[in-house]
Amino acid sequence: MKVVALAGNPNVGKSTVFNILTGMHQHTGNWPGKTVDNANGIFKYKNINYNIYDLPGTYSLMAHSKEEEVARDFICFEEHDLVIVVCDAVCLERNLNLVLQILEITDKVIVCVNLLDEAKKKKISVNLKKLQEILGVPVVGTSARNKKGIDKLLNALESKKFNPIEVKYDDNLETAIANILPYLEGKTKNLNPRWVALNLLSYDEKLYNSLKDYLNFDIFTDEFIKNQLFNIKREIDLDIVNTITNSTVKKAEEIANKVVTFNNKDYNAKDRKIDKILTSKLFGIPIMLILLMVIFWITIKGANYPSDLLFKFFSWLEKYILNFLQLINTPWWFSEILVNGIYRVLTWVISVMLPPMAIFFPLFTLLEDSGFLPRIAFNLDKAFKKCCSCGKQALTMCMGFGCNAVGVSGARIIDSPRERLIAILTNVFVPCNGRFPTMITIITIFFVGINSNNIFLSIVILTLLILLGIFLTFLVSFLLSKTVLKGIPSSFTLELPPYRRPQFLKVLVRSIFNRTIFVLGRAIIVAIPAGAIIWLFANINIDGISLLNHVASFLDPFAKAIGLDGVILIAFILGFPANEIVVPIMLMAYMATGQIIEFSNLESLRQILVVNGWTLTTAICVLVFSLCHFPCSTTCLTIKKETGSLKWTLVSILLPTIIGIILCFIIKQLSIFF
Amino acid sequence: MFLCDMKLGNKGIVKKVKANDNIIKRLLDIGLIEGTLVECVLKSPFNDPKAYLIRGATIAIRDDDCKEIEVDLL
Ligand SMILES: Nc1nc2c(ncn2[C@@H]2O[C@H](COP(=O)(O)OP(=O)(O)OP(=O)(O)O)[C@@H](O)[C@H]2O)c(=O)[nH]1
Ligand SMILES: [Mg+2]
Repeated sequence: MKVVALAGNPNVGKSTVFNILTGMHQHTGNWPGKTVDNANGIFKYKNINYNIYDLPGTYSLMAHSKEEEVARDFICFEEHDLVIVVCDAVCLERNLNLVLQILEITDKVIVCVNLLDEAKKKKISVNLKKLQEILGVPVVGTSARNKKGIDKLLNALESKKFNPIEVKYDDNLETAIANILPYLEGKTKNLNPRWVALNLLSYDEKLYNSLKDYLNFDIFTDEFIKNQLFNIKREIDLDIVNTITNSTVKKAEEIANKVVTFNNKDYNAKDRKIDKILTSKLFGIPIMLILLMVIFWITIKGANYPSDLLFKFFSWLEKYILNFLQLINTPWWFSEILVNGIYRVLTWVISVMLPPMAIFFPLFTLLEDSGFLPRIAFNLDKAFKKCCSCGKQALTMCMGFGCNAVGVSGARIIDSPRERLIAILTNVFVPCNGRFPTMITIITIFFVGINSNNIFLSIVILTLLILLGIFLTFLVSFLLSKTVLKGIPSSFTLELPPYRRPQFLKVLVRSIFNRTIFVLGRAIIVAIPAGAIIWLFANINIDGISLLNHVASFLDPFAKAIGLDGVILIAFILGFPANEIVVPIMLMAYMATGQIIEFSNLESLRQILVVNGWTLTTAICVLVFSLCHFPCSTTCLTIKKETGSLKWTLVSILLPTIIGIILCFIIKQLSIFF
Repeated sequence: MFLCDMKLGNKGIVKKVKANDNIIKRLLDIGLIEGTLVECVLKSPFNDPKAYLIRGATIAIRDDDCKEIEVDLL
């Protein structure tokens, strides 16, 4: 088995190449930083098995952020037989920079010049043959998205011609390297001694620590080498990092000048035009808002019909299931658990939660593919800076709309650990895909009216709620920056990629399919036991009162003070494994304890809630509390993994909960005056 | 003139790269060294950050991060 690594700058199509080779479905997206962790897959070519790793994108091997570190450590210290460096043909010069750096570590490199279709459209031509001659390693051209050139890439895997060029540095530096090399002999394992020497000279603490771990010994404990290094450094008196980069960048420029021809100097004029509008003073922010509202509109409108249909179908089916169970003489408690517990929670999740989730998600994926997300970060960075955090937090928030766990791990793209932690702790204020349908349902039932066609009102309310979430994100980021996570804003550099036309059909099919499978899977794992538990809770009596009532009335005084009630609170707590079961649990609990109301359409749901004392205030409080719902179990695990700290995980749970309680308390108190 | 003072559409050549350590490494990464051609191509709605065309890529940089990078206007 051969190990192959896919490296390269961010957003050049590494994951796309990976997917084609392995047939897997790694997420891709048109913005730098989509992949933040290694993924591996296996494929076979000409009877050889390959284990290929998709790495996060990185501009250089001097890692600054967590995800770049992951890539750097893999390229430098993991065993691999080959590194495929994927490059962007449109921006080859900058990409060659990384190629040259990687060639310093290993000879076994294949350069894959991707996005040739885009380059062609922009009238940029790359002389691949000449590039191969200059670099001395195999060079292949691909358009991964159209699956072009992959055969050549596969062919190159068997290549034996590796004779890479070497970047020559400043004479003083070269002498310094030559002086150190003898001392390193035999001590650098598989690493290229010249590269080790360079890194000892340019000394980066993090890299040095990784190096120490890899080599299993601390070079600096060798007094002799240490003194040598010290002397050499003093003698040459250079800014070594600067010198090294300068030489590499200049070399890349020189090569690019030889192999790239621009036949249209103004090749990105069209992108510029779009950018001028999307980031303008006047339209920048409003366009973002309108886009969000359009997405909501499509989601609500589109989910309406299938939702209604499924709902009717399942309640129609319910009668027959009951009849059938009676027919075969199942014990009453069993059919109760099965139908009133499990069946109803499950079908609720499928009919009411699933359609909006399955529509919203692909819409967001389309947006992601178009290249719009980095512009959001660009537009909002100033506001984040004011809160002493980083504009890239806007990207993690966008990911949070899909799933908070993804948003949390996506925070790796943020350089400063302090700002990254802020992004992790506040991600929950963006309602994830699982909480959206809850909000939409409550808004439809309580604010708009079920039969009303006033969809615009729902959208406005939903948007206001999102804006509240964004406001809370800023507020909490600011407060954290001024208290426990004190610090000044660090830097922000973000590449704005070219706009790309999303592959509509592929994205739609893929993500609707993925979402549906995912939600169904989770419904089966979580909703079924939850449905059973809540039924048991409601039907096991102690002192003639059900267990559920005991717990609910215990929580009631507190819950009432913040505008909720005991049952709602239980539902939120039981929603820990999956947000989408909050409403079904709530309904189940009400129905089990109270009047039996026929459960056949949304109007009956409204009745169930009203009979159980819901008012407008309750609905508002539920919406706000849902916005501040503590992270679900998956997200908590991710937070634990990303922060490596139980303390911060706990903070991430308590922080939104306390804010939710405070907000709901205020709303409840204010409502008394109306 | 400094990079952050460039007006929309201005082009220039980087004369001297100076910034704090973290930022400088990022900038070197994307190929912003002495002698590089830069063009200011976009302003965000609040004027800061701006985006520059650097070696074929559009890169957003905060004013604070590039206020000490000297450029010669073309
Ligand atoms: N036109 C065109 N687009 C491509 C091609 N290859 C990839 N893309 C698109 O480029 C974008 C980035 O692709 P990814 O595969 O996510 O890039 P990546 O290198 O894995 O990015 P990071 O994980 O962020 O480092 C996606 O929107 C792809 O659809 C190509 O050959 N032609
Ligand atoms: Mg990727």
